[in-house]
Amino acid sequence: MSASQRLSALRLLPALFVLALLPLLSACGYNTIPTLEERAKAAWSDVLNQYQRRADLIPNLVETVRGYASHERDVLEGVVEARAKATQVTVSPEMLSDPNAFKAFQENQAGLTSALSRLLAVVENYPDLKANQNFLALQAQLEGTENRIAVARRDYIEAVRVYNTSLRTFPSLLWNFWFGNEPFQNFTVADDAMQPPKVDFGTQQKQGG
Amino acid sequence: MSKAAGILAHAFLVVLFLFPLAAVAQNLPALTGRVVDDAGLIDPAAEAALAQKLEAFEQKSSDQIVVATVPSLGGEAIEPYANRLFRAWQLGLAGEDNGILLLVARDDRKMRIEVGYGLEGTLTDLHSRLIIENTMVPAFRAGDFSGGISGAVDDIIMVLEGNAEELEARAERNERTDGWDPDTVIVVLFFIVWATIFFGGFAMAVLPRVYGRKLGPGRYEWLGMTFNYNASGRSSGGRSSGGWSGGGWSGGGGGFSGGGGSSGGGGSSGSW
Repeated sequence: MSASQRLSALRLLPALFVLALLPLLSACGYNTIPTLEERAKAAWSDVLNQYQRRADLIPNLVETVRGYASHERDVLEGVVEARAKATQVTVSPEMLSDPNAFKAFQENQAGLTSALSRLLAVVENYPDLKANQNFLALQAQLEGTENRIAVARRDYIEAVRVYNTSLRTFPSLLWNFWFGNEPFQNFTVADDAMQPPKVDFGTQQKQGG
Repeated sequence: MSKAAGILAHAFLVVLFLFPLAAVAQNLPALTGRVVDDAGLIDPAAEAALAQKLEAFEQKSSDQIVVATVPSLGGEAIEPYANRLFRAWQLGLAGEDNGILLLVARDDRKMRIEVGYGLEGTLTDLHSRLIIENTMVPAFRAGDFSGGISGAVDDIIMVLEGNAEELEARAERNERTDGWDPDTVIVVLFFIVWATIFFGGFAMAVLPRVYGRKLGPGRYEWLGMTFNYNASGRSSGGRSSGGWSGGGWSGGGGGFSGGGGSSGGGGSSGSW
């Protein structure tokens, strides 16, 4: 090798060194996509937890209502069936990029939401039931759970937004040629949380007029 | 001169990049203390007593309870607003999430108790609901906002204290040892390292000449090391770039600040 060739090879060395270090830049590096993916999966687990929590409240609720309104059979049965259906279909974090699984899950939960709304609307006709302590406790827990579901969904939507964006923006999309990750599904209805009719403790003023 | 300006510009850019940009949230009040009375519902004497009560409780148990009143929610429902406010203020300690926010919206006539993840098991949704309905609503209906809020805070404290073993366990876990809190230690260590680097070159140039034994022209021996000051094209390496960590200054200004906790939407709302 001639002297001039050796010199130019040596000159390239610092440039090569810097190039080798490029993958370590955290903002556009190897780690971004897996980190965001795990975060989105954790947010999804949280959503599943809250939906499960709601499902767990329902048997007690149905029994309490049945104690006072046993002939409202179809509404009660509707809730029990919707709950069974909703707990059957669950989307594990690995299936989050599957649009069909996600859609089925969302539909089942929405079905349970509407069944619950119907039940609570029916309860309005039974003042004794509304005053029952057990029912009031369940009502408070149900409202709290609905709110937690809403918050968990919002967190998930945000986590998925960030993750899907990283799959599409430069330079992290370059790493996706290696990973081959699909974007995660997101909730199509921003907020289908049930708005339960507020319980009247007898201390509320009548609205309107 | 241009070199110094260049360094200064670089330092400025480094600081700018490292400075954490606070999330700008529209129409959220600032956390000025444990009682944030933007709607002017609480009278000053009650406010002072309340702040003292809350501070004493935080010292005792490490749980952060904050009372906030706002004139209006700006069209938003109280649940998302309260959650947003809680997270912006980061009530409760990170990891422990033992914060509680008592929010009253004056014009919307709504209130909410928002409970952090860590306290959801103790101050359940039902507790919050009962506190709101039995303590706050009647008082607010009668126009006694200070009394209602005070009573609610007493109730919350009572519930949390009712679970005495948990409270003590939490307090012990999060005990702050006086004096050496980690932020101070890190700053002091950093300063020592920086000063060594920054002044080291200078010290190396001056001290051996003063305290060392002269071996010859421009050569000294000090503490077992020989120093050669003859011109040999060796560049001095005493220039350190001026980056410093911008984050980590918790509780700026010696006031009250959140501990990094979060809420998952637990708690209950009501209206009067």
